[in-house]
Amino acid sequence: MNWQPGTVLELIEQTARTRSIVFDVPGWSRHRAGQHVDVRLTAEDGYQAQRSYSIASAPEDRHIELTVERIDDGEVSPFLADELLPGDEIELRGPIGGYFAWEEAPGTPVFLVGGGSGVVPLRAMLRHHRATGSTVPVRLLYSARSLEDVIYRDELTAADAGDVRLTLTRRQPAGWTGYGRRVDRELAAEVCWPEAERPLVYVCGPTGFVEAVAGALVKLGHDAARIRTERFGPTGGETP
Amino acid sequence: MTDSQALDGNAIAGTLVEVFGGDMTTAIGTCGHCGARGPMAEGVVYTRAPGVVVRCRSCTGLLMVITQVHDVFCVDALGLVELQAPA
Amino acid sequence: MTRITRGFHGRRRPDVDPARVPPGQYVTQDFPVLSAGPTPHGSLDSWSFTIRGQVDQPHTWTWDEFQALPHETVTRDIHCVTKWSKLDTVWTGVSLDTLLDGVETSAEYVTAFSDGGYTTNLPLEDLTGGRAWIAFSYDDEPLHPEHGGPARLLVPHLYFWKSAKWVRGLELQLEDEPGFWEGYGYHNYGDPWREQRYAGD
Repeated sequence: MNWQPGTVLELIEQTARTRSIVFDVPGWSRHRAGQHVDVRLTAEDGYQAQRSYSIASAPEDRHIELTVERIDDGEVSPFLADELLPGDEIELRGPIGGYFAWEEAPGTPVFLVGGGSGVVPLRAMLRHHRATGSTVPVRLLYSARSLEDVIYRDELTAADAGDVRLTLTRRQPAGWTGYGRRVDRELAAEVCWPEAERPLVYVCGPTGFVEAVAGALVKLGHDAARIRTERFGPTGGETP
Repeated sequence: MTDSQALDGNAIAGTLVEVFGGDMTTAIGTCGHCGARGPMAEGVVYTRAPGVVVRCRSCTGLLMVITQVHDVFCVDALGLVELQAPA
Repeated sequence: MTRITRGFHGRRRPDVDPARVPPGQYVTQDFPVLSAGPTPHGSLDSWSFTIRGQVDQPHTWTWDEFQALPHETVTRDIHCVTKWSKLDTVWTGVSLDTLLDGVETSAEYVTAFSDGGYTTNLPLEDLTGGRAWIAFSYDDEPLHPEHGGPARLLVPHLYFWKSAKWVRGLELQLEDEPGFWEGYGYHNYGDPWREQRYAGD
């Protein structure tokens, strides 16, 4: 698995703090929904920085898309979120990671839980589910600070978005009837498929979020071996 | 074990490919300190260090340390009594 | 051949006197947090610092006894083996000259040991002559746990992995024993100015 150049095709503003970057990567091997890439940047004086980013696009999508959250004081994310221009080239390595990847298993419902930028690989899974015409039940529970912080907001709130439940933890719009708190055991119990249905669960986001959600689901009786986790670190964003 | 500063084995998936030659995130490791078993993806991982440190999620014991010394990877996996290749 | 990424600079400090930057280092404005394990959280009531090993008897200080020792504030540059350097860092601590005063030993080597099991080794001589401290304050504030608080070893003339966080004592030894990173291929001494990052450098 070698480093290969990826050329920026398009930049899409998602929220005030996140931006999607669509890349053309010649010779890209088809990825699995949930996998990630490593990105490497090299400055003129030879200084290098490397980060991992989940692939936001489905294997069926034409080009690979990454979604970067700008972390204040970050070294790489402000560059990717603010400075990159179409035509720029960066080095990518991947696709990587067979653990946090989803393909349909007949009869197995799927529960996806994302916190902040943790929604990125889960969105790839939802797009893959739709692109393959999968009929297994899939539900996304997405925790964001406010509606303005919901990444892929149009896509996830569209009429045909599928089963998406939002919980807005800091600020809710007037008339909001959805959840308005952090994911706790009660919320998880209400939203997750019943344990008897043996769902596959994917939890992604800041480390503390993932620990809390996975812990709550295990306490509800879900088999820990059927809960897959991906931790993004303390801020949920940039960590080398 | 909860350490909100830590990552998990997904974060070093690329490094593990370099070291082991393939995806190791689903490889099952057995902790030599406490006997706990689990996929490498669920190890507690510290990457902000002079090397990569993987600890057991159950007991925090050291499972594996990976350093890169002049382009050569040095892997110490003595904390694992068993590492089963992925299916 | 690695491609240069247009416009990428990282978070380095510009306008730095190159004479202050050891070979292969980049000067940062942040203070990166590096760890090999979880941050220990103990109470000051149970904290102690001990000098033991090749000594007539162990010397131990409680936190209160430690705070009562003369301490000093110093400004130093620090250099991490992961290539970042930070200039003009301000620390307050007790000099190892103070702690070693009155300690008789034939030991030539030291292993510093910390909460959480971390160790690092260095020649005893490198802890003397005003070159090392047990630091409990950074930038005029109590040393934060993620940076090694309540107290860490500070030996700025060597790569910063030798400045053991959460230090609890020194083992004085006749023989040199590689510590944590030294055992995984890092240099036994670690002089940034001779770029001694790895064993054999």
